[in-house]
Amino acid sequence: MNILVCISRVPDTATKVIIGSDGKSIDPKGVKYILNPYDELALEEALRLREKNGGNVTAITVGTAEATETLRNALAMGADNAVLVKGDEPADSYSVAVNLADYAKKMNPDVIFLGKQSVDFDSLQLPSMLAEILGLPSISVVSKLTIDGTNVSAERDIEGGKEVVSTTLPCVISAQKGLNDPRYPKLPDIMKAKKKPIEEIASNNLDARTVVHKMEIPLKERKAKILGDSVQDIEMLVTLLHEDAKVI
Amino acid sequence: MNNILVLLESNKNSLKRVSLELITAAKSLSANNSAKIHGLLINADASNAAISAEYGLENVIVAKTGNAEYSSTANASVVAQVAKNINADVLLFAANSAGLEVAPRVAVKLSAGYIADCTALTVDNNQIMAKKPVYAGKALITTSVKTETKIFSLRPNVFTAQKADTVAQNVTEFTPVLSAADFSSKVVSLMKNEGKLDVLEADVVVSGGRGIKGPEHYHLIENLASALKGATGASRAVVDAGWRPHSEQVGQTGKTVSPTLYVACGISGAVQHLAGMSGSKTIVAINKDKDAPILKVCDYALVGDMFTILPILTEKIFEVTNK
Ligand SMILES: Cc1cc2nc3c(=O)[nH]c(=O)nc-3n(C[C@H](O)[C@H](O)[C@H](O)COP(=O)(O)OP(=O)(O)OC[C@H]3O[C@@H](n4cnc5c(N)ncnc54)[C@H](O)[C@@H]3O)c2cc1C
Ligand SMILES: Nc1ncnc2c1ncn2[C@@H]1O[C@H](COP(=O)(O)O)[C@@H](O)[C@H]1O
Repeated sequence: MNILVCISRVPDTATKVIIGSDGKSIDPKGVKYILNPYDELALEEALRLREKNGGNVTAITVGTAEATETLRNALAMGADNAVLVKGDEPADSYSVAVNLADYAKKMNPDVIFLGKQSVDFDSLQLPSMLAEILGLPSISVVSKLTIDGTNVSAERDIEGGKEVVSTTLPCVISAQKGLNDPRYPKLPDIMKAKKKPIEEIASNNLDARTVVHKMEIPLKERKAKILGDSVQDIEMLVTLLHEDAKVI
Repeated sequence: MNNILVLLESNKNSLKRVSLELITAAKSLSANNSAKIHGLLINADASNAAISAEYGLENVIVAKTGNAEYSSTANASVVAQVAKNINADVLLFAANSAGLEVAPRVAVKLSAGYIADCTALTVDNNQIMAKKPVYAGKALITTSVKTETKIFSLRPNVFTAQKADTVAQNVTEFTPVLSAADFSSKVVSLMKNEGKLDVLEADVVVSGGRGIKGPEHYHLIENLASALKGATGASRAVVDAGWRPHSEQVGQTGKTVSPTLYVACGISGAVQHLAGMSGSKTIVAINKDKDAPILKVCDYALVGDMFTILPILTEKIFEVTNK
């Protein structure tokens, strides 16, 4: 089974966001970058499928030279190959999708895994977009996956429950928490990953379909009224919620 | 802007609230131009959309896929065909589990730019400006679409559905052309969390954190939630401990909620948790530590032991809500 896993490099989730001087992006100074947490789930699922069925796992990212480090994380976790589609910061999600699709067309994977969203821009669109470009079925936000021959059955989270979706290979799957517990790479694997080759391809830079004009830190004035734990305080809270905030 | 197409979703015999929110958003986009708004309902009867007349939706298009099983690929084909048929230049979807799967496919089919999970749409110099949270709500971007056809999905619960002058509805049927390939994936069964309100759909969310000490105490959270007619949520610490299902996790790697009232009980307020709930209208924290970070981002707090506070609070709330 040949598996392609699309990964992205994102700021650590604990990062304090500071707006950069261009007013449109974050100031990368002091930011620690990690492999997108949902992509770890995607990669883990791919590795388990390979362990069960044989084949190989290719991790791919579209980005700048800095994303090499993220690919090393994927190699340390156990990916066989790593591909950097290298260029400037991608124009938008569509541009990333087209670059991923170009590679997928050459490789013809049986399954393509992605995360349900990248926790930087939370663009929430690559999996279905990539699948549509490739003319493949897709199931997103998957928390349980069963592949039997070419039959695919997946549970995906929806409002107020789950739905079971069925399709056939080849297909695109996006990973949600609960799918598995990603492994931690061991030190020797991290060392070995440093020496593995990374295939580089020049990215095809398309015109952006969307533009960012401004980035800001949302300001919401909170009342921050701190009360104690006496019965009077509790009654006071209920009155405030009822009469001031008017939420009950 | 000439024609705005809104994908409606039905719920039992009516429309989901988010569909009414989309209609209101479409109306505000068309306020200063004469754009026509069309609501599309797939595999449901026009009667399900009747309520939208009260929200000012004049045109309802009904399309059947000819297959009872839900398929995101088939629905995407239907939306794209309808959009072409009516020359839609703006399409609005709900940023929910269905909309988020369908919209990107439609964007590819219509060569349109797409922005997901918008929390505000305004028209500025004839250009639609969309605001959307990024970095899990730690920042907000203002963005626009450059292509002729523009697609947006809107975060549920953020745009308020507003009643308008009731209109007479004009219902048309559309027969899509679909092939077997359009049904390449399909929903074969549904598992509803019976009788449980989902955090994504609730007006009030009461969440418990590690402070609850164990699953056997969760009834304290559940009781407060039921007094408030809300849903129960949880921090990751609680989900990782296996005390609550992941479907209840609020935060960066859980769900992003924006209810009218969010009550955080025994939750410290780590950035990853805040990322999932900072858009709530009113935030209440109950925590025994007066230095907990959650107290810096809340509207009201009760500082003390939640084991004594919660039963009293629940009772006092019942007194108000049962009046
Ligand atoms: C990649 C990544 C993703 C993450 N995603 C999420 C996410 O989606 N959601 C999420 O929630 N977290 C997430 N986290 C985890 C997050 O960093 C915190 O660890 C977690 O939110 C802490 O949960 P907590 O507030 O319940 O527990 P704690 O931080 O342990 O806080 C417990 C609180 O309870 C209070 N307390 C204790 N006893 C009582 C009592 N009797 N009465 C009143 N108060 C009491 C304490 O004062 C304390 O403030 C993520 C972390 C990482 C690294
Ligand atoms: N630049 C990228 N290169 C490769 N894969 C990506 C890239 N950006 C996002 N992805 C994948 O697409 C998923 C969804 O991202 P998004 O649609 O941007 O929220 C991520 O979890 C990754 O698996």
